[in-house]
Order: sequence, then structure tokens, then C-alpha cells
Amino acid sequence: MIVFDKPKSLTDAPLHYCPGCTHGIIHRLIAEAIDELGIEGQTIGIAPVGCSVMAYNYFTVDMVQAAHGRAPAVATGVKRADPSKIVFTYQGDGDLASIGTCETIHAAARGENITIIFVNNAIYGMTGGQMAPTSLPGQVTQTSPYGRDVATQGYPLKICEMLSQVDGAAYLERVAVNNVKNVKNAKKAILKAFKNQVEGKGFSLIEVVSTCPTNWGMTPEKALEWLNDNMLPYYPLGVYKDKYAEEAAK
Amino acid sequence: MAEKVLMKGNEAIAEAAILAGCRHYFGYPITPQTEVAAYMAKRMPKIGGTFLQAESEVAAINMVMGVAATGKRTMTSSSSPGISLKSEGLSYIAGCDLPTLVVNVERGGPGLGGIQPSQSDYFQATRGGGHGDFHMIVLAPASVQEMADLTIHGFDLADKYRMTSMILADGTMGQMMEPVSLEAPEVHTYDKSWAVTGTNCEREHNIVNSLYLVPEALEKTNFERYERYRMIEENEVMYEEFMMDDAEICIAAFGVAARVSKNAVLAARAEGIKVGMIRPITLWPFPKAVFAKAAEHVHTFISVELSMGQMIEDVQLATKCTRPVLLCNRAGGMIPSPEEVLAKIKEVAGGMSK
Amino acid sequence: MTTQILIAGFGGQGVLFSGKFLAYKAMMENKEVSWLPSYGPEMRGGTANCSVIVSDTPVGSPIVDKPDVLIAMNLPSLDKYEDAVVPGGIIIVDSTLIARKVKRTDVKVYYIPATQMASDEGITTLANMIILGQLIRVCDAVSDENLEASLKKVVSARRADMLDLNKKAIELGVNYVG
Repeated sequence: MIVFDKPKSLTDAPLHYCPGCTHGIIHRLIAEAIDELGIEGQTIGIAPVGCSVMAYNYFTVDMVQAAHGRAPAVATGVKRADPSKIVFTYQGDGDLASIGTCETIHAAARGENITIIFVNNAIYGMTGGQMAPTSLPGQVTQTSPYGRDVATQGYPLKICEMLSQVDGAAYLERVAVNNVKNVKNAKKAILKAFKNQVEGKGFSLIEVVSTCPTNWGMTPEKALEWLNDNMLPYYPLGVYKDKYAEEAAK
Repeated sequence: MAEKVLMKGNEAIAEAAILAGCRHYFGYPITPQTEVAAYMAKRMPKIGGTFLQAESEVAAINMVMGVAATGKRTMTSSSSPGISLKSEGLSYIAGCDLPTLVVNVERGGPGLGGIQPSQSDYFQATRGGGHGDFHMIVLAPASVQEMADLTIHGFDLADKYRMTSMILADGTMGQMMEPVSLEAPEVHTYDKSWAVTGTNCEREHNIVNSLYLVPEALEKTNFERYERYRMIEENEVMYEEFMMDDAEICIAAFGVAARVSKNAVLAARAEGIKVGMIRPITLWPFPKAVFAKAAEHVHTFISVELSMGQMIEDVQLATKCTRPVLLCNRAGGMIPSPEEVLAKIKEVAGGMSK
Repeated sequence: MTTQILIAGFGGQGVLFSGKFLAYKAMMENKEVSWLPSYGPEMRGGTANCSVIVSDTPVGSPIVDKPDVLIAMNLPSLDKYEDAVVPGGIIIVDSTLIARKVKRTDVKVYYIPATQMASDEGITTLANMIILGQLIRVCDAVSDENLEASLKKVVSARRADMLDLNKKAIELGVNYVG
């Protein structure tokens, strides 16, 4: 008999996310990973600034709410204070790839033994749909009303590709949550990113390409299609670095 | 008492922090406080602690926030421009009610300014040090021994009231060497049931957070926090009075300015001028009561500062402007000489006798 | 009694080190003491100086604006601080590196070819300690006894060989009569 149940590591608090938003799925995948590894009592999560700021209400683990972009630095402090704890951050694209790029790169460079879940939906959700560092060329947002013009507004940052050049990073994978197959892959990647930390393997970051139906101005279904047709060609899924697999292969 | 050693003020802070049980230091190089980091870099690995040179002051203060959230003692140090960068973190730490120790070995400003001693971050330190309603306990050492003692005391105050203690020193205090005696302090224990240490699946999760979207709730936490601040103002004020018994002129000075002023007071006394000094040791809470009391017999106050005049406003407030408060200052990294202070004292004394 | 001492020279001449030794020496004679270096870019090969105050009473300002004793280890230092010395004070000059004479007539001046002496003795890095020895001779801020105990505080244990050399340098300075 298959029983569909709520993971233990999720609280009963109703999620505040918009209808069709994929944050709920990603929260669940993280909670499942924590449950499966049996680390609920040892895990400490760091919530970002952005739509998922209130993630601290949704996980049953101890949580810290960090300033915008600073979650990797806060996570570094928590982890250094007690390396036996499992520390993860949950960050959006504005938080991680704009204001917190510096903290992200340097946490990776130090090889901090933490897990970062990076939700990339190419837009600022919380503030109402402004251009993100990961907004696509031509993408219309509140602050790129004529479409992102790369001549004046620059190009999107590809975080996994960038970090793959950083020696300290152990495991980088880009996944998506737009269909069942991809959700399953995302789960595997997130589980591995946590497992790496349990095994002391160092810095793992999972980039989850996701949607924002509200600020993209689409139905949830249309948003999933748009993700598939526009985001994935720019942000190809796959493993960008797996230091231990590479070493094993040698 | 422990054997006296010669130490730089910056090193005394670092060693005192270790004695106080701090095992997690995060910093970024900046003159004139870099010796704190260098000392920690040497010592921490030998005692199982963390020394981490962060990618920025912004990152360093957030690492401090992370450790503080786990309930452990932690600190960072910097100098003026670096403290501005940390002000975001200081505000979050205040909003989360976390105990931390932050050191500012001030240099001249604004902007990149200079690297010579200054006290021009007084407003920044005593008025909160970031956005929102909050305070830090601000401790102003005037000797290397006090650099050590106030560091230890600062950790205790931080734990007791769940907030940041800031050591507000200047480049002179950081760089100078004096004999100092360092002893392991008495260990106090504090309730840290709020800390994120992992639930162990035995309790509800703890959330360290400064976000309150319901204004009524945010107002309530602010009122509660200020109730604690009121207790601090009542119980934790520290100051030194020097030759104040019959003083008609009162110098107000802290840190190196107080050291310089002491020479001037002694010289003026030798000439028969009734002058004394009140040296605030806590800049917040400011020793209001002692200034108010002094105003009953003091004719004129002189605020001696390494700034364009910042503490002077607190002296005016504490004395409710019932007496003139004059400024004797140098800025931009310059330090008033005892002769300059003495000249000011004489000018005031001359005016009084007319 | 309070003696305000300013030691000035090029960065790398050991100005801060000799000041530190002096401060330790005074501390171990149960005197009040402070030591304050100049700091910043000027330390990188430019002029460096340090203020040492030795006193029977607690030290007020640690800054030496008007030295009772000036040690000038290069010409820029003498040019800069000669006029600051209090009347009746002392100026000690490394006469190997400073060709000119002190202009002031209201101070006591001691010329010592410290750099040459260090070179002659094969201890070229210790001119600072030779000139400090001269200070010990001509000014009574600290005594010339028990040098080793204070030297041990400033010479790293890994450089124990330097202990004797430093002692020798100080003694050369103490015994030098110009």
C-alpha cells in the first residue's frame, strides 16, 4: 500500500506561497531528504530574504532568518560553531545571485561543508516582479519593461557554471521541478547534497529552476511550459561538478 | 594577580576574548585593528577555535550572527569604514536579540578618511549603529588594561542582555602597549534555551528571526527590548570621576582624549584652577546622572573629543543645557595635546573670574 | 618623575623594537610605562617612531609631543623633531647616518656612531640597541642592570643567539663616551 503523507520535517503551517508556485514542491523535497537521512534533530536551516523568507515557519528544524544574501555567511557561522550539525540555506535568485554573490562564491571557495538550495525563477517575487540577475535576455519585468536589454542591463548569471570553476565546491547540480521526471531528479540531487554534508564532503549547491506564475503573468500550467521552452535552453540541467565522482573516476 | 605583560591594546582585546571563552572570530583586515585578527589567527587553531578571514566585513558580521545564534561566544573587530559595512548585521543581530561582541578601533572619517586615531564614530555607535530602533552597549577603554577588562565585561553584558556589546576604542588604544594583567574571569552561565542547536527531536524548533510582518507584534518586541535597555541604563552605567569634588570646570572625555585631558587637569590644578574630569566608560548607557549632579556645582563643561563634537550633545542633554558646554576638539586623525586642553581650561577659568 | 622618550628613524632600523625593550626594562623596574608606535604606510620604509613614557606615576597621555629625550636615527627624524625637545632635554644622534650637528643650544647632545660601531662589531642590525645603550647611560629613566631579564621578554625564544648580541650592543652603547 502506498501512503502519501506529509514529511515529518514539515510543520503544519499552511504555506503562504501563490497558487502554482513551486516553492512548496522544493520545501517538500528538502523535508523528505531530511527525513530519509534521519537528521531532523541535528539540522539547522537558514532562511533568506525574498518569497521564501518565512521558510522558517515551514520546517520543524531550528531556523535562522538571515539578511538579504548573507545566508551562506550565517550558515558558515552556524556550521563552524558546531560542525556536527547539518546546515542548509534556502535562497532565491536575487538573494543568492545578486546581493549575495560574494558570500556564495566565498563559501564555495572555502569548501564550507554546507548545503545550499538555490531557487532560480528568473524574477524577484516578493517585491512584485522586478528583473533578477537570472532574468533571461529580453524578459519583460517591472524593471525591464521593454525586455532585458543585455546592452544596458547585462547578461544573466549562470551560477552552476560559474561555481564549477571554484576548486572548493564539491557538488553542483541544476535541476528543475516542472514535471514528474524532473521533480524526481531534483529529489535525488537534494538528497545527495544533504548526504554529502553528512559525509563531510563539503560544499554542495543545487540550483532548482522554477516558476513564478504570478509575476510571470501566466497560469501555473503556462508557466511550466515557459520554463521548459525558455529557461531550460539557457540554464541546461545536469551535474556541473561532482568532485568525488570525478576523483573516483580517475 | 597574573604577571604583568606588555601588550598592544588590540592584542589585549584578543587574549581577553579568548579568556572569556570566545572561540569563534571572524574578521577582515583593516588598519588600525589588524593585530586583533593576526593574534586570533595565531591562537585560535591551537585551542580548537575558529579564526576565519571573511570575504568582507559584511560576511564577517553575518558569520558572527550564525555563531551567536547557536548560543556560543563570538566576536568580530574592525575599524570605522568596516563598521559601516557591518551595520546591516548589527541591526539584524539586535532584531534577533543575539549576544555578540564587536570591536571598533576607530580611525578618521568620513569615507575612507585616514588611519590615524579618531572618535568620530560616537554617534554611529551610541545611536544604535544601524537601521531601526536599537542600541548597543558601548564601552570605551582608556588603557590597555581596560581594553582587556571591558572585553571580558562586554561578553558578560552581551549574554546577560542578549545584545551587542561594542568596544569603541581609537587607533591609539589599539596600537599602544602598556603593562596588562590577564586573568581568566569568573564563569557565569546564561539561559540560552533560545539558541539553534538542533531540536534533537525533543523540543519545538527555535527560530532566530527579526521579521515581524504584523506591526502590533513588532511594536511589542520593540517595547520589550527597550524595557531591557531601561534596565541597562539603570544598572550598567560606568564612569570615572577625577578630581571632581570641588571642580568648577568639568572635562568630559573618554578613551585617549581622557588620557590627554588628565595631563591637562593636573597641570591646571597645579596653577590653582578647580577643574576635574568625568570619563564615561559606558558611552551607551551614557552616565547621565553623574553629569546632572556635577551640573549642580560645575560652572562650565568642556567636551574634549577626537571628532567635530559628538559626545558634547550627550553632555548637553544630561545637564539639560543648564551650564555651558564647550568643545575642545581635533579631528581627522589628530589628537588634542594636553597644552591645547589646558589652554581651553584657562580660557574658561579666565572668563569665570571676570 | 616622568621621562618622555621619542625614538625615531627609518622603518627597519628597529625603532619599535628598541622602544619595546625600553618599555619592558622600565616595567620590570616597577615603573609606569606606555609605548606607542607610529603606524600605517609610513612604516613601510619611511620614517618610523615610537613614544615611550617612563614614570613613577600613572601615565596620562601616551603621546610624546615634547620629548625629554629624542633618539634620532636618521636625518629626517632630527629635522622633524629637534625643535620639539623640551629645553634642557637630551638629543642622541646616530652620527654615522646624520652628518649635521644639532642646532639647539639649550639641550644636551650626545653623538654616537652607532651604525658604524654595529658594523665594526659585525652586528649590523643592532645599531638601535647600541644607541639605546647610550640612552641608558645619559638618562636615568632606567638602570643598566639586569638587561638580560628584559631582553628575554623581547627577543624570541627561537632566536636565543640574539640575546647575547643584543646585550653586547646595549653594553657598547652604555660604555661609549663621545
